[in-house]
Amino acid sequence: MSAVSAGPAAAPAPAAARIRARGARWYRQPTLVAGLVLLAIILFMCYGAPLLTSFNPDTQNLLEPLVGVGRQGHLLGTDQEGRDTWARLLYGGQVDLRVAGLAVLFPFILGIIVGSLAGYFGGWVDAIIMRIVDIVVAFPFFVLVIALVFVLGTGEKSIYIAITAVGWVSYARITRGEITVAKRQEYVLAAQSGGLSSVRIITRHLLPNVITQSIVYAMSDIVQDILAIVTLSYLGLGIQPPTPDWGTMIATGQNFLTTQWWLTTIPGLAVVITGVALSLIGDGLADLLRPAAS
Amino acid sequence: MGRMSFVLRRLVLLVPTAVGVTIITFFMVHLIPGNPAVTILGQHATPSTVAALDRQLGLNQPLLDQYWLFIDRLFHGNLGMSLYYGVPVSGLITSHLPPTLWLLCYAAVIAVVISVPLATLAASRKDGIRDHVVRVVPLIGLGLPAFWFGLILQTWLGTKLRLFPVTGYGSGFTGHLQSMFLPALTVAVALSPVLIRSLRASMLGVLGAEFITTARAKGVPTPRLLVRHVLRNAVIPAVTVLGINIGYLIGSTVIVEQVFAIPGLGSLMINAIFERDFAVIQSVALIYGVLVVLVNLLTDVAYVALDPRVRFDA
Amino acid sequence: MSGPLQLEVSDLRVEIASHRGVVCPIDGVSLEIAPGEAVGLVGESGSGKSMTLKSILGLLPPDAKVTSGSVVFDGSDLTRMPHSQLNRVRGRRIGMIFQEPMSALNPVMRVGNQIAEGPRVHLGMTRTQSVERAMDLMRRVGIPEPERRFRAYPHEFSGGMRQRVMIAMALSCDPELILCDEPTTALDVTIQDQILRLLAQLCQESGTSLMFVTHDLPVVAQVCHKVAVMYAGRIVERGTVQEVFTRPMHPYTLGLLRSAPDVDHPGHSLEPIPGSPPSLASPPSGCRFHPRCQFAEDDCKVIDPPLRLIEGDRATACLHYERTLDEIGADT
Repeated sequence: MSAVSAGPAAAPAPAAARIRARGARWYRQPTLVAGLVLLAIILFMCYGAPLLTSFNPDTQNLLEPLVGVGRQGHLLGTDQEGRDTWARLLYGGQVDLRVAGLAVLFPFILGIIVGSLAGYFGGWVDAIIMRIVDIVVAFPFFVLVIALVFVLGTGEKSIYIAITAVGWVSYARITRGEITVAKRQEYVLAAQSGGLSSVRIITRHLLPNVITQSIVYAMSDIVQDILAIVTLSYLGLGIQPPTPDWGTMIATGQNFLTTQWWLTTIPGLAVVITGVALSLIGDGLADLLRPAAS
Repeated sequence: MGRMSFVLRRLVLLVPTAVGVTIITFFMVHLIPGNPAVTILGQHATPSTVAALDRQLGLNQPLLDQYWLFIDRLFHGNLGMSLYYGVPVSGLITSHLPPTLWLLCYAAVIAVVISVPLATLAASRKDGIRDHVVRVVPLIGLGLPAFWFGLILQTWLGTKLRLFPVTGYGSGFTGHLQSMFLPALTVAVALSPVLIRSLRASMLGVLGAEFITTARAKGVPTPRLLVRHVLRNAVIPAVTVLGINIGYLIGSTVIVEQVFAIPGLGSLMINAIFERDFAVIQSVALIYGVLVVLVNLLTDVAYVALDPRVRFDA
Repeated sequence: MSGPLQLEVSDLRVEIASHRGVVCPIDGVSLEIAPGEAVGLVGESGSGKSMTLKSILGLLPPDAKVTSGSVVFDGSDLTRMPHSQLNRVRGRRIGMIFQEPMSALNPVMRVGNQIAEGPRVHLGMTRTQSVERAMDLMRRVGIPEPERRFRAYPHEFSGGMRQRVMIAMALSCDPELILCDEPTTALDVTIQDQILRLLAQLCQESGTSLMFVTHDLPVVAQVCHKVAVMYAGRIVERGTVQEVFTRPMHPYTLGLLRSAPDVDHPGHSLEPIPGSPPSLASPPSGCRFHPRCQFAEDDCKVIDPPLRLIEGDRATACLHYERTLDEIGADT
């Protein structure tokens, strides 16, 4: 914007350049590729549900309760209300993945903003924010989430609010730590001496360097969020019926574990496999973005 | 002397956190615009019940006064009355605390028993077969829903094979050990992935250290090397990791207690949520918060006890 | 039991697979130590001298391998020994002292226990016996108040004291040979002297041989009888300390001598060797030193000279060693 100095604005933030260079080699990371492929398969199956099943996940058919695997056109049988398990699995996956994906986004953004402010400005801003972080961290994640769900009521919206209110702290910590170190680097001093505003420095220069840790963490965070969502739904406090979801599936099937055991086992496996995919991506990203050993 | 002052300093730093914990639990119900009593009572809100709760919690008074009332009661051991049980909450907490503590300790022990050998195995030959096999465990374990795993264990080892009781707390020490084995195992399996990963990482870090080369040059045999040199150093960051994840550990117990019908704080809280028994929810959350803070303090103390260098650090 | 040669390294070659290809930090090294001898191994950093020591005891990093040659100690080849057998040699018959005592000592283990560990593991001593022995050793190496110091941790000691602990550890099982990897480099000059005297004295008293690696020539002169000069993974000159330092037969040795401060001639300006050590991934053709050599001739660029015996046990790898001798003659 300013034609004056090409200096500070032009100097590429070193880590961002490094990452761009290494980003070009992402496909050589086996863990990352494996994770992405697995995730792609899962996403395809869930969102391609209309292609993979003709059944509706909410349609009850009391004439066909607890049908066995592969019987009567039901790939994975039906539950006690005659709903097709396969359909519920796929459509439920849509719901769970969507909610978890959004649920990780809000804390990510909020946490990074707060953490940047704390890290960059230091002083009492930092002190207050970190105190709040310490306090929130003192509660087990799930305990706070469940308490907030009580206050806010059940359902999808409450999940977003509850998870955001509790989950931002990790991102804030990570970002604040990284920025506290990064702001002493030369390219920041150069930017400051060039008269750039704090906001610009933070967004254009510091964040690109500092965001990678948060992105890696986000991968494991999504897994935690999926678990929280599924657990809440199991208790009846999360995704409300008739919307299909893996947690409610586990709940409805739990009385039949000795007979139609797949009703509960399969959705759980779905969660585990999705967790594996996301963890692989997270590990792969961590390996990729780690500064190269000399 | 330096050690004591380190611990004391940590203790002092805990006070604002503890205060903050009370503030958050207190304020939870004020998050929603409108009358908190209505929020609490939910479906049971009628003008008379709302008015009664208003009086009980002093909701007509300014916020700060309410808070002082809350703190004052807290220090007198008064945690309010349970709407559902009709008895003082403090009594409920006292009776439900032991099973939760049992579960926590039992699970922590099992988690350590699982994680330490596996992490050692993995770190002893990095990138070898054993390492890769062990690393699969956290990969699967991180995405494992604890309650689901608990249900499966319950069905297979409990109902079908009848190896362990399926629900309940049991009586007497051995009774507890037996009844709580499956739930503790479930929680331990939820915790182990984190432990294995960080223990393996810190052991690899230690294995690369120079003093390990010295020990090898002394001809120290591998088992002794791993235990007396590697583990002793690697345990220090691992204890910190265990402490940091206490929140995760506690969170897992909440749902596992429900699955296995263990009369602990977790199932108390979940039941209170269904019954909209606010005083109980608030108090249990508070106790959990305090528990985490205490465990963090314990971790710091353990760290100081384990690492002789800490004395001399600032 | 011990023959005329205690340790014989023959044509040792170590390879490391790196992303730049195969690198040979040790490329055909041969050394000998007789019982009771103190042999120095000198060279710049990166010459491979530390790695030579490590490969004797099989302490190479996981990506490095011995690909040919042998290290024969008392009749057996250490490079081909199974791990359990090698562990009985380490510490018990060959001890090792490392450069950085702060990082070479276990930070969470009491110093006394670290010294006592060797005797417990190798000599089958009971706890009490090994503690006695450790305190004995601490006295011998000059650590005051051993009863109190036994229970201390490494970070409570000064650098010189820590190095004494290392020496005590190395001596703990009465080994026949001690390998020293730059033991005084990280110490103050005054402490250096003390430690060197201690080492020399202890070895003389017990007849232990020493292999002493350093880049510091005066140190070698103080402690060793014989010396080998190492460059780019190879030995380029060998002989007694007296001979090599007064009548060097290799231009690299000459360069080292000239770049070392000379206490007797404080006014002399130091002359560093021009250039820098070669990349071991792609060493120069012919003699590896020729790009930096003031006497280099055409044949030096083509022929890779082996280390050859000249007289007695004087050996050099320079095709034109007389030039160096002439040069040094001109100096005096």
